[in-house]
Amino acid sequence: MDSMETIKQTFFQECEDLLQDLESGLILMNDGESDDETINSVFRAVHSIKGGAGAFELTELVKFAHIFENTLDEIRSDRLEASKEVLKVLLQSSDTLTDLFEAARDDVEFDDTERADELRAALQGFIGDKPEEASDDGGMPAMSMDDMGFEPVILDFDFGDDVDVAPDAIVFDIVFTPNATMYAHGNEAVRLLSNLAELGDANITCDRSTLPAFDDIDPEGAYLSWSIELETEKTEDDIREIFDFVEDDCELQITQRGGAPEGGPEDGLPDEDSAETPDIAIETTSEAPAMDNNEAVSAAPVEVASVEIEVKAEEKEQPKAEAPAKPEKKAEKKAAAPVQAATIRINLERVDRLINLVGELVINQAMLTECVVEAGLSRDSAVSSGLDEFKQLTREIQESVMAIRAQPVQSLFQRMSRVVRKAAQATDKSVRLVLEGEFTEVDKTIVEKLADPLTHMIRNAVDHGVETPEKRLENGKPEEGIVTLSAAHRSGKIVIEVSDDGAGVNRERVKQIAIDKGLIPEDAPLSDSEIDNLLFMPGFSTAENVTTLSGRGVGMDVVKRAIQSLGGRVTISSEPGKGSVFTISLPLTLAILDGMLVHAAGQTLVIPLTAIVETLIPKPGDIHHMGPDGRVLNIRGTFVPMIDVGYELGFRDSPTHSERSVVLSVETDGGTQSALLVDAIQDQRQVVIKSLEDNYGHVPSIAAATILGDGRIALILDVDNLVSSAGDSRASFDPTLVAAE
Amino acid sequence: MTETLHSDESELVAFVVGNQEYCVDIMKVREIRGWTPATALPDAPDYVQGVINLRGSVLPIVDLAKRLDMETTEPSERHVIIISQIRDQVVGLLVDSVSDILTVSNETIQPTPDVASEVAQSFVGGVLALEDGRMISLIALDRILPNFSTDTEVEVAA
Repeated sequence: MDSMETIKQTFFQECEDLLQDLESGLILMNDGESDDETINSVFRAVHSIKGGAGAFELTELVKFAHIFENTLDEIRSDRLEASKEVLKVLLQSSDTLTDLFEAARDDVEFDDTERADELRAALQGFIGDKPEEASDDGGMPAMSMDDMGFEPVILDFDFGDDVDVAPDAIVFDIVFTPNATMYAHGNEAVRLLSNLAELGDANITCDRSTLPAFDDIDPEGAYLSWSIELETEKTEDDIREIFDFVEDDCELQITQRGGAPEGGPEDGLPDEDSAETPDIAIETTSEAPAMDNNEAVSAAPVEVASVEIEVKAEEKEQPKAEAPAKPEKKAEKKAAAPVQAATIRINLERVDRLINLVGELVINQAMLTECVVEAGLSRDSAVSSGLDEFKQLTREIQESVMAIRAQPVQSLFQRMSRVVRKAAQATDKSVRLVLEGEFTEVDKTIVEKLADPLTHMIRNAVDHGVETPEKRLENGKPEEGIVTLSAAHRSGKIVIEVSDDGAGVNRERVKQIAIDKGLIPEDAPLSDSEIDNLLFMPGFSTAENVTTLSGRGVGMDVVKRAIQSLGGRVTISSEPGKGSVFTISLPLTLAILDGMLVHAAGQTLVIPLTAIVETLIPKPGDIHHMGPDGRVLNIRGTFVPMIDVGYELGFRDSPTHSERSVVLSVETDGGTQSALLVDAIQDQRQVVIKSLEDNYGHVPSIAAATILGDGRIALILDVDNLVSSAGDSRASFDPTLVAAE
Repeated sequence: MTETLHSDESELVAFVVGNQEYCVDIMKVREIRGWTPATALPDAPDYVQGVINLRGSVLPIVDLAKRLDMETTEPSERHVIIISQIRDQVVGLLVDSVSDILTVSNETIQPTPDVASEVAQSFVGGVLALEDGRMISLIALDRILPNFSTDTEVEVAA
């Protein structure tokens, strides 16, 4: 990869962040929670994307971003009201911008040009056909521009196909006075001036009047200022762009001399004089947008060579971007301007290596513990207490390492709002996505793997969950449906909920479909929750019509499988007329789990702690037989199927009845209880998850393997799978079990 | 092994399985280690002894004798595991002992003779005769290992 390509990759990476900022900003605006900084940050995001895209000659992207940017600018300067209607188009534009970006990134042809053109036209419609006249047209001709609070940036009103074609040459008087901080940040006046000179004919004079006598010179001070007479075809925008990085660190005055602003009304303006020399000098320092990381690309001019330099400048800026370590979550939610903590990008491989090493450490520590026990050292010996501290430290290290991998689900969630918009558009429904707890942190791998199942669930919620607007009004609900996506940590798990305020599961129909498709016998007596769980059965799709959205043959069973492969589970609850809630619960990490070590038929097995409800020693009288093999256990009056783990896994030939057997009461996916019979409980500890699939393959009823302190391997039980396969062998019908297959 | 290998020569690790001699390409062998108890896997084919921990990774142990349709090995400390790379998986082969390292010319490898056991035949990629009259069968490693994840059940049925 050459350096250009590397920069491009960086640009793409940053674009992703920018697009996220853009979207979250727009959503805030849509919710009416925006302030000036929101619109500024949205504008900056688009501006940055445009700038970077220009550098890499991604013309389609530039074209679209350009008009998008201009529209935002109109809003920014209060000339266009950010009405719902406008925001709708803006949000759609942000989607299309994302599409365009993705096409550019993956180097494929953008296939939805029609839509892009449509949106472009719509955006153009907002800013009017004659945008040049926007400033001086109409009622307030005598007002000078700065009185109106205009920023000069907006003078770039060229909506043609080319971005930077500007009309005739204009002369600008620029006064540039760097502050000492500018030099301290590693910027050079000379580079800025030579960049400026490239824009056109520049006549640069240095003002040395403030230069003190040699003895008084502070070597790190700033004493010079320059006045530049620049004759250029470029716009003031372009000039400002050169100073983008230093605008906080200098005094910059740009005055346009003679003539009207390009494209500006030369005649018909009542007050010729004011037009002659519009006083548009603006202290850059006054607007001083917070410099953030993303700005790196924004300032990248069309010339590639300078991109690197700009990036360097940005690095210098970075120390400034120190943020409070723990910003208040509420505040963070509202603040559209990202408060950036100092961050570094790390190759994921390195993190994974670290995690593996910590895994080894955990095993090692377990081994040491065993050695100490074997050596017969007393609990209060120095070795034992040292070991306890070691244990503590290991756990802390491990948690910290895990935290490196953790990232907020925010980015994932935000992508979903796009899914909702597209789905709503396709189904002619009006749906709003409400996000909750988007700062909940989850293991990166899990976040990535959640994207597909979540997309599917969200689409389902819009397509099948939320009713049509007419129906909603009929039922006395607001026209706009609400889909809520929430995330939270709950008892060592991540719980993600997708809920809608739609009609709920139509149980009659679901049951009928299942019968029609031969998934259940006609006379199956099913409880409501069992019917709801039918949705997860393979080959089930409730859509009456196969829509373009869902019903593509991929059902909720795929979602279920995807979630299960992450070690999680998904459940549904639904209330007719009020909506449905899909709940996904996931482990915090994929690398380590808390488990209970048990013995069964001479094997050591690990049972995930999350599945275990309680442990008990059954009294002989509590065990009842059902049929040839089946046994149930009476747990405080409830009869629960009993599964002999050793027998079920084929480690012994027939189920046993040892009086010393222990029962672990576990809860499965559908919330059904089972009693797992094991020979003994050995320990409860953290185990490192090792894949069996790398060198072997999937083993039924086994989730993974782990390495014990003595170096031997213990298998980690997949409780749901075990229970369901036991259920199968009992040949009883239980939809939750079948669905869990 | 200091002498350079000619392109038409192969280096082979020879080992004993149930009184018969077999060999595998040395390039496929990662290491040879003593037997350690394996953890049994549920629903595994009968020739899979279980899994062991090799410096933090989990690898399956294939009982070569059983795989070749002979008696199941009752592993003891005298048994040896040949850790080999088969496709992108690392697998341990349980054998009685390692007997030799051979450098042979590829020409001396003869096609597998027709013998009764189809299983044995299908896993042998060729045989070679040594000067002292011994016969060593070359194991076709790729065929030893079913694609566990997809073919397991087929293998059990077979």
